[in-house]
Amino acid sequence: MIPDPTAFRQAAHEALDDPRLKVALGRLKTHFVQKRADAFERYGDFAALRDAGATIRDCALSNLDTLLEKFERNVTARGGHVHWARDAGEARQIVLDILRSADAKTVTKGKSMVTEEIGLNGFLEKNGIRPVETDLGEYIIQLRHEPPSHIIAPAFHLNKEDVAQTFRSAHTELPPERALDERSALVAEARVMLRRQFEAADAGITGANFLAAAEGAAVIVTNEGNGDLTRLLPRTHIVVTGLEKIVADMDDVSVLLRLLTRSATGQDITSYVSVVSGPGDAQDGPKNFHVVLLDNGRTALLGGETGEVLRCIRCAACLNHCPIYNSIGGHAYGATYPGPIGAALNPGLLGLAQAHHHPNASTFCGRCAEVCPVKIPLPSIMRYWREKEFEAHMAPKAMVFGLSLWAFAARHPALYRLGARVLARVLRVIGGRKRAIHSLPVLRGWFVARDFPAPQGKTFQEMWRAR
Amino acid sequence: MPRVGLFVTCLVDLVRPSVGFAAVRLLEQAGCTVEAPRAQTCCGQPAWNAGDRRNAEAIARSVIDMFEGFDYVVAPSGSCAGMLRRHYPEILKDDARYAERARALAGRSYELMSFLVRICGVARVDASWEGRVAYHDSCSSLREMEVRAEPRTLLSSVAGLEIFELSDPEICCGFGGLFCVKYPDISEAMADAKIADVTATGAQMLVGGDLGCLLHLAGRARRAGVALEVRHAAEVLAGVEGPAMGEAGKGDVE
Repeated sequence: MIPDPTAFRQAAHEALDDPRLKVALGRLKTHFVQKRADAFERYGDFAALRDAGATIRDCALSNLDTLLEKFERNVTARGGHVHWARDAGEARQIVLDILRSADAKTVTKGKSMVTEEIGLNGFLEKNGIRPVETDLGEYIIQLRHEPPSHIIAPAFHLNKEDVAQTFRSAHTELPPERALDERSALVAEARVMLRRQFEAADAGITGANFLAAAEGAAVIVTNEGNGDLTRLLPRTHIVVTGLEKIVADMDDVSVLLRLLTRSATGQDITSYVSVVSGPGDAQDGPKNFHVVLLDNGRTALLGGETGEVLRCIRCAACLNHCPIYNSIGGHAYGATYPGPIGAALNPGLLGLAQAHHHPNASTFCGRCAEVCPVKIPLPSIMRYWREKEFEAHMAPKAMVFGLSLWAFAARHPALYRLGARVLARVLRVIGGRKRAIHSLPVLRGWFVARDFPAPQGKTFQEMWRAR
Repeated sequence: MPRVGLFVTCLVDLVRPSVGFAAVRLLEQAGCTVEAPRAQTCCGQPAWNAGDRRNAEAIARSVIDMFEGFDYVVAPSGSCAGMLRRHYPEILKDDARYAERARALAGRSYELMSFLVRICGVARVDASWEGRVAYHDSCSSLREMEVRAEPRTLLSSVAGLEIFELSDPEICCGFGGLFCVKYPDISEAMADAKIADVTATGAQMLVGGDLGCLLHLAGRARRAGVALEVRHAAEVLAGVEGPAMGEAGKGDVE
């Protein structure tokens, strides 16, 4: 499967026809939406917390340059290295060079969307290095050669039967008659298989949820413990992350952590919160610590009309609450970041020609903005991209033509009134005795799945004048 | 006596004028004088959401010209009212002549049912309607206009009417203006989920405050062969009888 955001319409259609996907997506509500609501209910003042979170992220973004330089100085002071990658290609090469100098053959990986964004795994494989995903969900989809379908739950599109099937075909050295019906059996098997990989790894790659400038630290939240095994056991640890993850210090991180874990999984805190800085003079832990900071289009958005999208802390609450994502899942987007955050971010990262469907495939229901822990005005940003599309004459021709006819009438009331009177009558006649219209030569999309209830026959305005 | 400018909405004007007359009746019962400016057409939302800013601005300015003389602007729609209240100030924020006027009009623009309860102090209506009814919250009513309790308050005062809550009232029905035309199969799946939620409650009738959602759901139910009576809440509150959406029967306008 080659991700292609321009094929969104067809991919969405196929996703809607997949009954197993529908079952999996049906779990979003209980698994994420309800738990998040309960977590903030327990917490109390969500509004004040998200105000604080949004302010912290805004301050960080407006001081991005100085904070990043401070971060670099502090990492370097503890014996670590910071690398700057302008784009995906540079980031991949930097990682490869580090791994080659460490003579690494096998590299374990913690969950990282940024390494998905830069296509790291395929690149490393081509260059003779074996990446092993160690987050359970990532491990499963790596075995299946699939991209993640969700920002924090990469295998959410799968059911446990799918996972059992995947393990049976991948773990051929295990007895074929073993029972894999229970989730616990699947987890136990993955743990055994992954333990061998942790022991064999020459280097570990993780992402970072936050970077704290004052401490020169990367902060990683996980629930499975795989992040710590990935970063601590090998001699070399590489953090690959977006440069916008920076904040001033650990105090700011602590506020954002409260928002992140509750928004993401409904947890007051995750099982592990790892604070990682350079090796310093510690006797154990990796000797080589690298941080690769990826731009890849981010700084171009900074300070612009869509700059607020960079506040994102990747909690995925917007996905979980999005009725579109709930209907089609993540793969249909054909991009690393699906759902509302993808719809706001992807046109900026990939270009409108590639990602134009994403901001259009929204009803503007507003739920994403309502739950966003850092108050990103996601629908407004999607509307901005629609405006850019319209201005660039990239919007569908039939829609633009219909819209311009309608708008002309809407700006000429006498013409509009006449048109409405005629239309009300014509549609009434077409509706016939059943009072329902089955198709029209315009707005064909409406009639794909719906009838149109026939108008009552006269307009309000003409009846009002007659009153 | 508050002077109310009725923002009829383009869908009510064209498809279901009975909703407009129901709104007038409810407003007059609540002690308002109601006028419906003749030159009104649409709030401009189709243009605004399609990225056509120039037409959205022009339409917003003409609505402001037409309605700023009224004490209040009331629409039988959370979506169109949301356009006036939330979006006009944004659309015209850089327009020296209109920015302040857009903000002023926004502050006086209301969705019908919330206007009746909050501004007119209506606690109950004098109507009766036998039946089991589910109420559909439109996203714009919920999240742009913060209308949640008011329709339920009013509907529960209708004699004989029993209200059923959906299991997931916060989720969008899949209308979304041109969205339902641009991505019809996603929209269809969302409509089916909403209709299944409605029928699972045991309700016979679906009412809501936004004609867009209701035409979409009525049209989908009809195509899918689901028997579901769909009406605008204002019609029920005002006791305006007649056929439900997409149904024939006596009491038709013509």
